[in-house]
Amino acid sequence: MIILPIVLSIGLLLYSISIFLYLYRILKGPTTSDKVVALDSIGMNLVAIVALLSMLLDTSAYLDVILLIALLAFIGTVSFAKFIEKGKVIERERDN
Amino acid sequence: MDSTADSSHFIYFIFLTFIPQTMQGVVTETMPWIPSLGINFTVVVDGLSLLFALLITGIGSLVTFYSIFYLGKKKERLNNFYAFLFVFMTAMLGVVLSDNLVVLYLFWELTSISSFLLIGYWYHRERSRYGARKSLLITVFGGLMLLGGILLLHVITGSFSLHEIIGEATVVQASSLFIPAMILILLGAFTKSAQVPFHVWLPDAMEAPTPVSAYLHSATMVKAGLYLVARFTPLFAVSGVWFWTISLVGIVTLFWGSITATKKQDLKAILAYSTISQLGMIMTLLGVGAAALHFDSWSDDIYIGALVAAVFHLFNHATFKGSLFMMVGIVDHETGTRDIKRLGGLMRIMPVTATIAFIGTFAMAGLPPFNGFLSKEMFFQSMVDVTTLNLFNADTWGILLPVVAWVGSIFTFVYSMIIFFKTFGGKLKPHLLPKKPHEAPFGLLLPPIILAVLVVVTGVFPNLIAKPLLEPAVKSIMPSLYGTDYHVHISFWHGFTMALMMTFGVIILGILLYKTANWWRPFIKEKVPRFFQWGKAYDNSMYYMEQGSYRFTLWIMTGWLRTYLNYMLMAFIILMLGTIFATDALNFDMSAISRVTMMDYVLSLVIAVTLVGVVFSKSRITSIILLGAMGYTISIFFIVARAPDLALTQLVIETISVVLYLLVFYHLPQFSNIEEKPKWLSVKTLISFGVGLVVFLISLSAYDTNFYDSISQYYIDNTYTKAAGKNIVNVILVDFRGFDTLFETVVLAIASIGIFGMIKLRLARREKNENK
Repeated sequence: MIILPIVLSIGLLLYSISIFLYLYRILKGPTTSDKVVALDSIGMNLVAIVALLSMLLDTSAYLDVILLIALLAFIGTVSFAKFIEKGKVIERERDN
Repeated sequence: MDSTADSSHFIYFIFLTFIPQTMQGVVTETMPWIPSLGINFTVVVDGLSLLFALLITGIGSLVTFYSIFYLGKKKERLNNFYAFLFVFMTAMLGVVLSDNLVVLYLFWELTSISSFLLIGYWYHRERSRYGARKSLLITVFGGLMLLGGILLLHVITGSFSLHEIIGEATVVQASSLFIPAMILILLGAFTKSAQVPFHVWLPDAMEAPTPVSAYLHSATMVKAGLYLVARFTPLFAVSGVWFWTISLVGIVTLFWGSITATKKQDLKAILAYSTISQLGMIMTLLGVGAAALHFDSWSDDIYIGALVAAVFHLFNHATFKGSLFMMVGIVDHETGTRDIKRLGGLMRIMPVTATIAFIGTFAMAGLPPFNGFLSKEMFFQSMVDVTTLNLFNADTWGILLPVVAWVGSIFTFVYSMIIFFKTFGGKLKPHLLPKKPHEAPFGLLLPPIILAVLVVVTGVFPNLIAKPLLEPAVKSIMPSLYGTDYHVHISFWHGFTMALMMTFGVIILGILLYKTANWWRPFIKEKVPRFFQWGKAYDNSMYYMEQGSYRFTLWIMTGWLRTYLNYMLMAFIILMLGTIFATDALNFDMSAISRVTMMDYVLSLVIAVTLVGVVFSKSRITSIILLGAMGYTISIFFIVARAPDLALTQLVIETISVVLYLLVFYHLPQFSNIEEKPKWLSVKTLISFGVGLVVFLISLSAYDTNFYDSISQYYIDNTYTKAAGKNIVNVILVDFRGFDTLFETVVLAIASIGIFGMIKLRLARREKNENK
């Protein structure tokens, strides 16, 4: 079982490199949409990283976190998308 | 006290009944106030207190009588006047009768406040308000100094009781706080008694109604400082500092006051400076009299004579100055002016007033047969005696005292003549007078007549008051005299002494100077003020203090939060770095540090990159996205550090914050469009680097500084057994340390209610709508 930590570490390293590349996109990305997609992808990478980490740490305590990141990344991206489209995140009801 | 039953409505007579007792010793009465702090309202009546109390109540009664006729019944707010006056009278009695220093200070400030109210009695006049404010500022400054002195004495002796402190005089004199306490108490006395340079308030206090000037600013309040000096003589008089400070300040005040009085035109201003000068004279006598403490036996010692002269002149001055002020009030009342240029020739029209003025002014000038003559003789005698004193270098520098005193007395004679002859002598100038002059009504004349009679009677028969009043007072100042067969005896004629020669000189030179007044007065009036004016100095210092604090406030309170943040962070850096280096707290011991994994490096690098991005990004949305990325990375740190609950919460909160940023984003202004290159060496960068460095140093040093073991083992052992939970974080939050959670919840509730309120409650907008 010596091979598993090594493989996991390699995986973590790859994901980290991937996060750096996304960060580059966030800093550089010509439009806001580029940046938001990069942030969403970082979220997905984090899901993977947390999964790898919980294998590495040999615990099931982080499975909630994985779900949560996926959920939040979705919510965040949707809000950003709405913001980019309408300039607002939450619209007012019509009768007000 | 059965004997007072009949006269118990008239406080003056009550005090008269104390005379037999004070001739023997002291009368003490205590009313507990704050016994646990040693603060009780203790009344001690001895000779000195009684002399003052009789002056206060006696002249107070006369002044009250005088005010009844002086102040118009319809035009004036008499209820205010008498309320202020009687508050003052009570306070003044409290000052002279209290044995407890805190109570004394309390009454002292009450005299300042009631004096302030009385000076500003005609508050619609600008000058009255100015005078009131000036006198309050100066006397309260002195009062606070006095409080400091009292507290120092309390520190030394542990007591607030005057007599107990004087009883421990040797302890006080040995203390290192002896001189500071003395200086502070003297500052209080000098400001109250209008000694140079604190005399500037007294001439401006002449804006008060004349009865007030007569009472407060000649007879009583300005003597509170003298009372204090006399009171503390047994305590402080061993010191040469006391002797020289009081004598020199007194003599300078005497000189300056008498010179300045000659150049004034307003009668009340002349009297104000004359009061300053006479107070200086009494102060000098008290200073010289302090030397008496250094001689064991009274029989061959002449310095007690100075104390007798001080107490005697204090009494005399109260009588003749009171009558003079009342006389000026009458002149003002009957002619409508106090300007000596417009007055003159009133002798025929107002003979009674003129007689009063004659007695008063020449008692002040020191002519026989009035009481001023005797005290001035004794004053000269003491000044001459000082030169023979073999203490405190008085035999070398002491010669200054009689010379200056003599010159000052010449000018005293001159202004006394000015007061009398310019007002009552010469020709009447009816076209210059606002009113047609006529003699005053009897009610106005009676109080000054009584005082003038006193002046003559005590002048001719000084021993009438010498034994019952002056002797106990001198014994109170020199407690060592109690029990000895020392007696005060004032002889009207004591041979051709040096003092008598000096008086002749004063009279001759005074008449000469008066005759040539037209020639030298312009010099004092115009040339001298060009160099220096105390009043100007006060005004300028007030102006510059106000301007200075205004400028300082403008400079330091910019109204920009970033400036205040700079101040706070700079203070943080300086204090922290100072503490670290002062306590040698730097600690770079790395032995207990855990192994740093590859993962830690990578995560730190991610955070560093996002941080640099946040600082240098040009648009807000990039900053927000990067902040979100940083928050997510931190949650990964939590995972690596095995904190799942923290990671969960951090993720949710980070997302919500980002969404909130986006919510308000629409309303936010853009970053300034100017391409601003960050300066590497601006104050801001220096401060932020400093803060980072300090926090870094502190956490690094604190990391390995463990004084005790962690208490976490208890939680690990008992989470399940005692609290029925397996999640240790949650059990701590809701069970072991549930109180914190409760109030964190409250914080959240308050925040949400606050946000709701801020959004919904738009009072300004609603008002605008209603106005429409």
